Amino acid sequence: MKKSMYLACFFVVMTYISCAQKTENEVATVENPPFTPELLVDGLQIPWGMEFLPDGSMLITEKAGEIIHFKAGVKTKVGNVPAVYDRGQGGLLDIQLHPNYAENGWIYLSFASEEGAEKGGNTAIVRAKLVDNALADLQTLYKATPNTTKGQHFGSRLEFDREGYLYFSIGERGERDINPQDRTRDGGKIYRLHDDGRIPDDNPFLGLENGVKAAYTYGNRNPQGMALHPGTGEIWIHEHGPRGGDEINIVEKGANYGWPVITYGINYSGTPITDQTAKAGMKQPIHYWVPSIAPSGMAFVTSDRYPGWKGSLLVGSLSFQYLERLELDGTKVTRREKLLPGTGRVRNVRQGPDGLIYVAVEGKGIYRLQPRD
Amino acid sequence: MKLFIWAYLGLLSGTSMYLHQDAGLEESMKRGEEIYADFCITCHLDSGEGVAGTFPPLAKSDYLMQQREASIRGVKYGQSGEIVVNGVTYNSMMMDPGLEEEEVADVMNYILNSWGNRSDTMVTVEEVAQIQPR
Repeated sequence: MKKSMYLACFFVVMTYISCAQKTENEVATVENPPFTPELLVDGLQIPWGMEFLPDGSMLITEKAGEIIHFKAGVKTKVGNVPAVYDRGQGGLLDIQLHPNYAENGWIYLSFASEEGAEKGGNTAIVRAKLVDNALADLQTLYKATPNTTKGQHFGSRLEFDREGYLYFSIGERGERDINPQDRTRDGGKIYRLHDDGRIPDDNPFLGLENGVKAAYTYGNRNPQGMALHPGTGEIWIHEHGPRGGDEINIVEKGANYGWPVITYGINYSGTPITDQTAKAGMKQPIHYWVPSIAPSGMAFVTSDRYPGWKGSLLVGSLSFQYLERLELDGTKVTRREKLLPGTGRVRNVRQGPDGLIYVAVEGKGIYRLQPRD
Repeated sequence: MKLFIWAYLGLLSGTSMYLHQDAGLEESMKRGEEIYADFCITCHLDSGEGVAGTFPPLAKSDYLMQQREASIRGVKYGQSGEIVVNGVTYNSMMMDPGLEEEEVADVMNYILNSWGNRSDTMVTVEEVAQIQPR
């Protein structure tokens, strides 16, 4: 009798332990999601970025170099789009409206640009206005150097904070041992500018000899998700790890996120990059994914349209082809949910002004998640 | 004696051509390996194993070995629509990687001659240049 009691207690403890691990490391599938996906915009290839204009229409960037204006069910190509370096992961990338777009009309774009002396390309940030369905008053705000023919890690997500600063990511352009830890070189960093491209006079590397004046953080790999936290006003990012080790980080002035000195990932060949996952002076992610989901696009849910979702974080998965919902308790991920399983490579996710969630899927188009009431 | 000299010369030039092509292939594969690591490895993985049902394998792939022209076209212009690889149907889109013709030839030579794959004919820039989008 005594023995069986012990056994029962042991069983309960073991179950408890295994359940506790489950919520941290596994993604739950959902039987009855609170929505029905509706394909709103079809026939898209790689819809990298999307924005919502005040008249209810949308601007969508196609990686190959087109901007599509989607209005009342009709797709129109926007004219005068700058030439892009469409190679590997490069091309026309993100799009973001100025927080006061209704007054000033500024639209911000990120793309891979060949501008400069060397062969190849690197990430550029521009702004322009939409006049008669064409871009006008185009201004280049930033162009990373040097160009390279390498096909990876352009970063390129754009976001404004509440004070009106523009943040953007530039990946390490396939030079992990050269760019991310060097604060005098572009790449592997988050950047911060005034909305007109001026360098803020409190940026962290201004005092450093040859420091990248526009940079705000370093030690990043390839962030393709960036969103303003609706509660704290902080800028949150996620970034691709190598094999394993995708991360969610909070942008802090001057912070080093550790790539490639510390990482939870390994080389694609299976060999280690480093045996270190933590080091003094380097930030720990608030969450990391092993194996990699290959995250792209990031949005906080602030609307009440989907029961239980408010405050959670949505992230697209390119490699596993679903939309992930992360429940948060402050900065701690308490639950992961797999939505739209097998939908295709999820490139982007945004909450529209109508409070609905819009999901961009490569080779398909843009889905709107219609709440199931 | 004359015959011997001719045979000798013939053999010599044949051998040197053979060795030369081999060296050419090796150089091309070496460049192709770098292209692979930059553009392909994130989905098709280090040993060309791919991801079952999502990203088709390149290692010991019947599609790659038998559909040479379609494979080159896929690398040159991108790939979409259903394909069957080793009996499994795949319907993922591969974006146009934006490679130059020489780079397409190099990465083709690398994947056609790695992980147990073996191709007798080297992919040349001329062969790549002739392939048009469908």
